[in-house]
Order: sequence, then C-alpha cells, then structure tokens
Amino acid sequence: MEKVLTRNIGLDQKPTNLQAYEASGGYQGLRKALAELSPKDCQDIVSDSNLRGRGGAGFPTGMKWSFVPADEQCTPGHKYLVCNADEMEPGTFKDRLLMECDPHQLIEGMILAAYTIGADISYIFIRGEYIVATQRLRDALQECYAAGLLGNNILGSSFSLDMYVHPSAGRYICGEETALINALEGKRANPRAKPPFPQVSGLWGRPTIVNNVETLCNIPHIIDRGADWYKTLGIGEDAGTKLFGVSGKVNNPGCWELPMGTPIREIIEEHAGGMQEGYQLKGFLPGGGSTDFLTSDHLDLAMDYNVIGAAGSRMGTGTMIILDDRTCPVAMVLNLIRFFAHESCGFCTPCRDGLPWSRQVLQDIEEGRGQPEDLETLAYQVSYIGAIGNTHCALAPGAMEPLQSALKYFYDDFKQHISNGRCPYH
Amino acid sequence: MSKKQIIQSDMSSLLSAEEIAEIDAELAHVPYKSGAAIDALKIVQAKRGWVSDECLRGIARHLEMSDEELEGVATFYNLIYRRPVGEKVILFCDSVSCWISGCDDIKTAISQRLGIDYGETTSDNSYTLLPVPCLGACDRAPVMMIGDELVTHIDDEKVTALFGKAIRRAEE
Ligand SMILES: Cc1cc2nc3c(=O)[nH]c(=O)nc-3n(C[C@H](O)[C@H](O)[C@H](O)COP(=O)(O)O)c2cc1C
Ligand code: SF4
Ligand code: FES
Repeated sequence: MEKVLTRNIGLDQKPTNLQAYEASGGYQGLRKALAELSPKDCQDIVSDSNLRGRGGAGFPTGMKWSFVPADEQCTPGHKYLVCNADEMEPGTFKDRLLMECDPHQLIEGMILAAYTIGADISYIFIRGEYIVATQRLRDALQECYAAGLLGNNILGSSFSLDMYVHPSAGRYICGEETALINALEGKRANPRAKPPFPQVSGLWGRPTIVNNVETLCNIPHIIDRGADWYKTLGIGEDAGTKLFGVSGKVNNPGCWELPMGTPIREIIEEHAGGMQEGYQLKGFLPGGGSTDFLTSDHLDLAMDYNVIGAAGSRMGTGTMIILDDRTCPVAMVLNLIRFFAHESCGFCTPCRDGLPWSRQVLQDIEEGRGQPEDLETLAYQVSYIGAIGNTHCALAPGAMEPLQSALKYFYDDFKQHISNGRCPYH
Repeated sequence: MSKKQIIQSDMSSLLSAEEIAEIDAELAHVPYKSGAAIDALKIVQAKRGWVSDECLRGIARHLEMSDEELEGVATFYNLIYRRPVGEKVILFCDSVSCWISGCDDIKTAISQRLGIDYGETTSDNSYTLLPVPCLGACDRAPVMMIGDELVTHIDDEKVTALFGKAIRRAEE
C-alpha cells in the first residue's frame, strides 16, 4: 500500500525538516493551490474527496468547511482555523506521531484549510504534555516564516496567515471543540451551547473551524493529487487512509497507516502481531475509551465508519484497546469511568454527579460489595446519562459507551463479581 | 493617588517585571485582558513552579478580573498548580492501556520508593507525584513523564534505576 500520511515517518521517528519535507514533495499542494486554485476550487476538491473528520465523530470535512460564511455574508474581521491537537482520549496515540515526526505536513494542511475558508489566524491547540511535538512544531513554524510560507503574502500571493502553537493547561474536555474555543479565550473549558455553531460564531465570536490533526494532515495530499486519487485509497466504503493503532496485550503494540476499510483482524493479527502468549482476546474498544466494546465475533468487520456503527460501536479515533481474557472487564470499565468522572467539566448534573455515582457502583462491584440490584442501577445510569440530549455535551454519553456494551457482552462477569463477593480475576 | 490605585500597584508588584512584560506581550493577541488568563497563569508558573495566592491576586489585578473568577480558571486545569510542587513533577499515566499493562503495581513501587502518594512531594523537594490521563503513548505502556521527559515501558528495573538515588538522597 502507498503510504501517504506517514511517508516521511521512518522507524527511527526522526522529525522531517523543511528541506526534507519539500524534497519529498511537500508544499506542492500549497504551491498548486496558490497558483491555480481558488478557495472555492479547494473547497470542492475536499468535499469531493469524501474525507471525514478523524477527531472521533467522522463529520465530512468539506461539508463542515462549507458552513463558514463568505466575507460578504459576515461583518468584517478575523476568521480562525484551529487544529485540535489535544489528544486525551484514553488509548489514543496517533496525532502525537504525526506532529512529532512530520510537523510540516500538518502546517501545510492548516495553511490550505485556512486558504479555503478564508482564515487569517490559526492556532494549534496542543496538550501541554506534548513537549517534543510542541518544540518541533515551533521549529517548523520558524522555518516557514523564514521561507515565506507563513506571514504576509505567502509565496508572493495575496494570501496571508499567521499560525501559533498554543499548549493547553490540561483537561480532557478541552478536546471538545467549543470547550477548546473557551480555553483559547482564557476561560474555563465548559462546552458552549450549539447553535450558534463555531463555523459561524466561534473564537471571539468569529467564524472558526476546528479540525483534528490527522484530518488536516490529509489535506495537502488531497489538493496535490485530487479527490479521485484519494477515494481509491480506501478499500471499503470510506475514502483515504487512516492511522490505526492497537494497545493492550498484543505482541507488537503500535500505530500504522492503512487503507480505510482494513479488516479489524488484519490490524490486530498481522500488524499488532496477535495476542501475547497466554492471553486471548476477550473484547476490544475499536476507537478509544469512549467507544462501545466489540468482541471476537466482530474481527472480520472493516474499519469503516458505517460498518463499525452498524455493529453498535464507533470508529472513534481508530486506535483500539484490547481486553484480554486475564483482565477484568469490570475493572477496565471502572478505570475508564474514573477517568471520565474526573474529567467531567461539571457544567451539567447528569455528568457531574452521575459519573461519580457510576464509578462508585462499579467500585463496589469490583471490590466485592456489589448487590444484585446494582446491575439495574448501572442499566438505569446508561439509559439516562447515555441519552443524547440529557447532557450538555458528548462526554457523558461517550463515557457510557464502554459501560453499556460491557453490560451487554460481559454480563456474566458482573454477575459473578456479585455472587462470589469478589473479583474472579484476582 | 486614591486608595484603590495604591492597592492595585501593590498587587501588581507581586509579579516580577519580567512576568508582567511577558503577560503584556500576550495581551496583544486577545481582544480583552481576561482572555490572557491562562497564559498569565502559565507564565507565572513557569518561573515559580506553582501559582501562589499572592501571585493569583497579582495576575487578577493586572488582568482586571476578580480573584474568584481567576481562581475558577486556575483550578479548572490539571496542569496549573495551586500548591507548591517539587523540582520535578511526575505525571504518572493511570489510564486504560497503562492500567492493562500493570501500572497500578508500578505506582505502588514508586510511591514506596519515594515515600509519597498522589498529590505529595518528597521530603527533599525533588519530586511531586500526580496522576495524569492517557499520555498518548499507549503502545509503549506503562508510561509517565518526569519533568519534560517521557519515560516508557516502565518496569521495576527502571523504577530502581530512576529513583534509587532519589531515596538515598532523601535519607542522607
Ligand atoms: C469530550 C470530548 C473530547 C474530545 N477530544 C478530542 C481530541 O482530543 N481531539 C480531537 O481532534 N477531537 C476531539 N473531540 C472531537 C471534537 O469535538 C471535534 O469533533 C473534532 O475536533 C473535529 O475535528 P474533525 O472534524 O477533523 O474530526 C472531542 C470531543 C469530545 C466530546
Ligand atoms: S456532559 Fe459533562 S463534560 Fe459535557 S458539559 Fe456536561 S458536565 Fe461538562
Ligand atoms: S493509557 Fe497510558 S499512555 Fe495511553
């Protein structure tokens, strides 16, 4: 398979500087766009490519961009492009690789996205712990300013753009795009009510697009080589390639660029080298900590948004977490719910008070104090906290996904904890 | 000079001239002063390791915010420290992939070796131990950060190699 997003990422994971990036065809897409393509042309190419957002929700990127009002349709002022590099979803480790090893690819994608939507200021909102990525992005930005790739009149064109790296002060909810905007404004990162959508009224009340790192890294290639080429990269329903990852008790945990639609079995058995000796696969979260468990019955499914959705889970970030047969599913869900309860922003009651309640019930069950009625309580929590519309944002429903599917697939494990009065796994 | 102004200048003087200059540089990027609140907290923390009550008040005055509003911002974020921390903060990943890889036992080993639990600082002030959500290095679990350094594939040997010295120094 042709490597696209990771073509400059070798085994040594050394960063690619400007010279090396350009030698591998970098900034060709940008040169082409500024010389030959109008923003509208770029918008059409990205829409035609069927690129879907890689931040977790899979929203079509072209459609998202099309909601930004044209200059004539809004009051004069700035428009913003923000790269969501918060990557705090448990089990997710793909954006780090893209930023540490090929920072210019992200920057080129951002310049092209900004050109398309008419943004003049852009931010990379990166989690504070990503020290190496932050430094490499800052170095790359400096190279770009020196080479006329950022700043006024980029490459002699009439297009100007400034770009800043903005490290987060740390909180999972900052990854939610409207909470991220509040964090950029120096406030508590509570999500905002929608509408108005950020495309119309985002950062400082101005039109703003927030896209994931991996989404933006696709843009230079789509502009350079076209929508038709991009669509042929996927082997299933969806277009392009994707970074898929596996962690847990496999022989070779890691992250690989593979075609969209790659079967799960191939990812786990070939790329991740299968389960370690003495461990069997019991289940897996296909796309990070806020996706529903799937089981060995689902290994032959393709990693496509709708296929995984039809199986009752989500593609999410595409980085899988494997539950093995020697790890307790109740304790694993407890670990996840503890995270979500801690990271709740506290704005709405079902999440602020409901998640600690779930955590307490799970902890009681795991530590042998569970009662039979606890299972009904958990089911009630799933139906109430998990329902879209009962909470102000998607954090709480996301938290319920691993719990509801664990109750579905590993119900006997929960029951055993309660009837034995102890965790059967240790 | 009115009484109010005296208080104001007193509070600002809780920040160093260098800190004020750096905060003022951030103000150029925001339409109103409180927009630089998080940046200002980070600037002060970078110099002093943490944000004391006095510094918080100094920043609040400088940005024309109430103390309470700025405190609400400061306490929201995991990486703004409102209590003193040691020379290096250990951010120990306790999320799902590291947990599957046995991070609970490693945390116990580190706690025993350094004599501190989460939220505490060693008696020689070299380390503060804090839990952190998934560090985005799950393929190299279990992991932690010590200061700015990412430490991967932590096992007992690594714990001994890293902290063996620290505990001896504390005992001396
Ligand atoms: C609680 C929560 C956390 C999120 N964290 C991230 C994140 O760390 N990175 C990310 O790209 N998207 C994250 N998202 C999704 C964003 O809200 C948004 O959909 C995404 O950045 C859009 O980019 P895309 O269209 O390119 O996928 C999160 C969403 C929620 C509800
Ligand atoms: S669901 Fe949770 S994270 Fe989202 S707004 Fe409500 S309290 Fe905040
Ligand atoms: S779970 Fe520890 S790095 Fe991801």
